[in-house]
Amino acid sequence: MTTLSQQDALVQYAAQIGDNGLIIGHRMSEWCFRAPSIEMEMALMNCALDLIGQARALYSYAAKTDGKGKTEDDFAYLRDEKDFRNALLTEMPNGDWGDTIVRLFLMSAYNKLFFTALGQSKDADLAAIGVKSLKEVTYHLRFSSEWLIRLGDGTEESHQRVQNSLDHLWAYTGELFLMNDAENALLDDGISVDVTALKADWNLIVADVLGQATLTLPTNNWAHLGGKAEGRHTEHFGYIISDMQYMQRRYPGCEW
Amino acid sequence: MATHVKNLDPAEIWALLENVKDPEIPVLSIVDLGIAREVKFDADGQLEIIISPTYSGCPAMYMLEEQIRETLINHGYPGPVITTKLFPAWTTDWMTEDGKKKLEAYGIAPPEKTTRNKSVLFGGQKKISCPRCQSKNSEQISEFGSTACKALYRCLDCREPFDYFKCI
Repeated sequence: MTTLSQQDALVQYAAQIGDNGLIIGHRMSEWCFRAPSIEMEMALMNCALDLIGQARALYSYAAKTDGKGKTEDDFAYLRDEKDFRNALLTEMPNGDWGDTIVRLFLMSAYNKLFFTALGQSKDADLAAIGVKSLKEVTYHLRFSSEWLIRLGDGTEESHQRVQNSLDHLWAYTGELFLMNDAENALLDDGISVDVTALKADWNLIVADVLGQATLTLPTNNWAHLGGKAEGRHTEHFGYIISDMQYMQRRYPGCEW
Repeated sequence: MATHVKNLDPAEIWALLENVKDPEIPVLSIVDLGIAREVKFDADGQLEIIISPTYSGCPAMYMLEEQIRETLINHGYPGPVITTKLFPAWTTDWMTEDGKKKLEAYGIAPPEKTTRNKSVLFGGQKKISCPRCQSKNSEQISEFGSTACKALYRCLDCREPFDYFKCI
């Protein structure tokens, strides 16, 4: 195992938080012109915009810390699959509306706790981004919770379908609460968030909303790992970045 | 009045910033919105404007920066530095009272004061006054409106739908 310098750890840490926002934000933007109603579409696009905006701030900070003249765009458009350390949950396909809502709900419950803690980081820039992002992800959590309750406590079919989504995506949540190399390197200095400590509160939020939604909390705690720890992604990821990075790969440095 | 870098009057800069309007809500300036935070001159007379975005992904920020730069340059302040500051995070409490009045006259319900009441945050809805007939008998149609900063409401008395500038 290689040891990261503090500077490299900080670059990776800022970038990996940004990766979660960019990838789930990009996934949600794939709903543009396809959502079931215009209100649902606007809501998803608003949330996606917040998440991509957060990613921009984090990538800009990573680029500044890196100090090699890179910009936020280098992080988004010119890194390879292995360099992205997003949680696998964020790259899961949109599926139906229920899949998208469950993914957003599980991630927003995590984000709410994560950004609350990041707001206390000893790193002033990360703390500022944490405080700003918290206001936004609180909205995402409310929006996705309301939909989860509506679908879970809805018709027999909506209930069953959203339960299936939950059972499927559950295995991608365990990874969120495991520390990776960058997080470990920055923990003692009070810069990174101890994500293992977020699990209990996350369980409470999830259990509360699932209860209202009459859904069953999955009990299988086996987890898919690899995205956050070493950039080993699911088969879906390559398609995301080939779509997202196409212009910069085909026409390097193009601007408009 | 000819203005040059020698004439370093923050009040004049603030007056110029009043001319920079939000592209989505053209009745409001960046001063009304509380986006423009600080006007500073360093020892060499270098002008710096500190701005804070409303939402992280607000697509208007780049355009606003360009407009600030253009306005200042056109009025004899060359090369202003525009710095984006995230902390403290922008809040609707920074919107001026004057701004709130202009917003309401424009047909958008202004933000209520932020609250620590958790029921409002989760499920419970605030009663928002209709900017047209002032009735508080309104309901939320959508948590999200045409831009990140607005939600969509409907007045149950005059039946008009309206935007509400949500409070964060």
